[in-house]
Amino acid sequence: MNGKINILEHELVPKHEVVPPEEAVDLLKKLGIEPWQLPWMSADDPVVKAIGAKPGDIVRIIRKSPTAGVFVAYRYVVVEVTKKS
Amino acid sequence: MNSPHNVEEEIDALLEKIKSEITPQLFEEVSKKLKEAVKKRRLRLDQASKIVEEVVKNYYRSLVDPGEAVGTITAQSIGEPSTQMTLRVFHYAGVREYNVTLGLPRLIEIVDARRQPETPIMEIYLTDDVKHDLEKVKEIARQIESTYIENIAEEFGIDYTEGVAIVKLDREMLIDKGVTVEMVIEVLKEAGIGEVEISSEDPYEIKVYLSEEYLDPVKIEKLRAKILQTQVKGIRNIKKTIIQKRGNEYVIIAEGSNLEEVMKIPGVDWRKIYTNNIHEIERVLGIEAARAAIIREIKNTLDDQGLDVDIRHIMLLADMMTWTGHVRQVGRMGIAGEKPSVLARATFETTVQKLVESAITGEEDTLPSITENIIIGQVIPVGTGLVRVYMNPSFNKKGEENMPSGEKNE
Repeated sequence: MNGKINILEHELVPKHEVVPPEEAVDLLKKLGIEPWQLPWMSADDPVVKAIGAKPGDIVRIIRKSPTAGVFVAYRYVVVEVTKKS
Repeated sequence: MNSPHNVEEEIDALLEKIKSEITPQLFEEVSKKLKEAVKKRRLRLDQASKIVEEVVKNYYRSLVDPGEAVGTITAQSIGEPSTQMTLRVFHYAGVREYNVTLGLPRLIEIVDARRQPETPIMEIYLTDDVKHDLEKVKEIARQIESTYIENIAEEFGIDYTEGVAIVKLDREMLIDKGVTVEMVIEVLKEAGIGEVEISSEDPYEIKVYLSEEYLDPVKIEKLRAKILQTQVKGIRNIKKTIIQKRGNEYVIIAEGSNLEEVMKIPGVDWRKIYTNNIHEIERVLGIEAARAAIIREIKNTLDDQGLDVDIRHIMLLADMMTWTGHVRQVGRMGIAGEKPSVLARATFETTVQKLVESAITGEEDTLPSITENIIIGQVIPVGTGLVRVYMNPSFNKKGEENMPSGEKNE
């Protein structure tokens, strides 16, 4: 019943999905921003790897929010940004 | 005249119109309450329509205004209650068997994004088939808890003249930790420090005939530590486990944290497992999980102290901390240190150093934010100060456009 470990099913991980490029263009237009102005997400992030997103993709994150019920956020997948010392 | 069934349909139609304007949660609530009111209080349609209107109006009123200094409000809303937190670190209330950092020290730890929390704790939930069975739970707990030779040795000594290390094992501890003599011999053999054999006089005494290289008197003290620190079983970094009963299920609380390894243990519900080490969550479960963990940890820390801070402030803080895709601290090495303005950075810590650094690199300050504008006495870009006048030089006095069509400026 335990099954294979899939981090996407963990309680703390909200639903992630890659936004298709056509949709991404509309989205950025609607928000009136450039992709880098979105919050970032490292390409090394385990979830990014699990859903197969590539650097340059926009990931839609559907979070459960205590104030809004469901909240849709976006993150921009970037190559290793802040090298940790 | 109006049958209640009909009214309900009408209300649905009414709500459908505003569905895209308000949040799903609010929508559900309004819908439920209106239908209840129709049944119980004979709410009329025109009244319902007024209520819906009011809801939308109130929703828009409760939104944050453009230019509101949410960051400053967050800082104050978390900062002020924090000053009232008591500095009790080592006191634990009631029958708590384990020690957790609480209050201000813990809050500082979270916002500083420390690599290792002072007291890492894991909450290990178990799968349905084992969580009610104390014996099985104990078995899993034993598998998780790491045991070193020093935990099960009754006596330990090194005979320098013969070059033999003698480990005498404690029978009771062996049973308690679920370790056999064979297991100890196995790990000692793997350590590769010499020949291992059981003493002829005592089945619980293990002799290790050290190889030549370790007989150097300088190295021998290091060797002692090495043998005692040899791990017999369990998962690294998990120092102790405690079984707790929550409702009708058992939960293992572990001192120490190793998310990756514990998830792999059969019988552990890896969907619910939790640690208070935020960096570990980021590494194993990703940045969004780290964000959720930051919110949960800060909320719990504040709630424990009886402080009521709106969750939205904490959410904003967590958003800022995870903005770059990695957890970064709030202080000088993180959020405050990455501000685009030199003056703003210098206002925070290490003023002289920051100014010297930027002078050397010839940095420019475009005064984009609040702090630097306060320093030079300008209007700060917040609220009404955010509004700027843009002039379009291509318009003439009459307001006609001179530019050729198709090249309009915004």
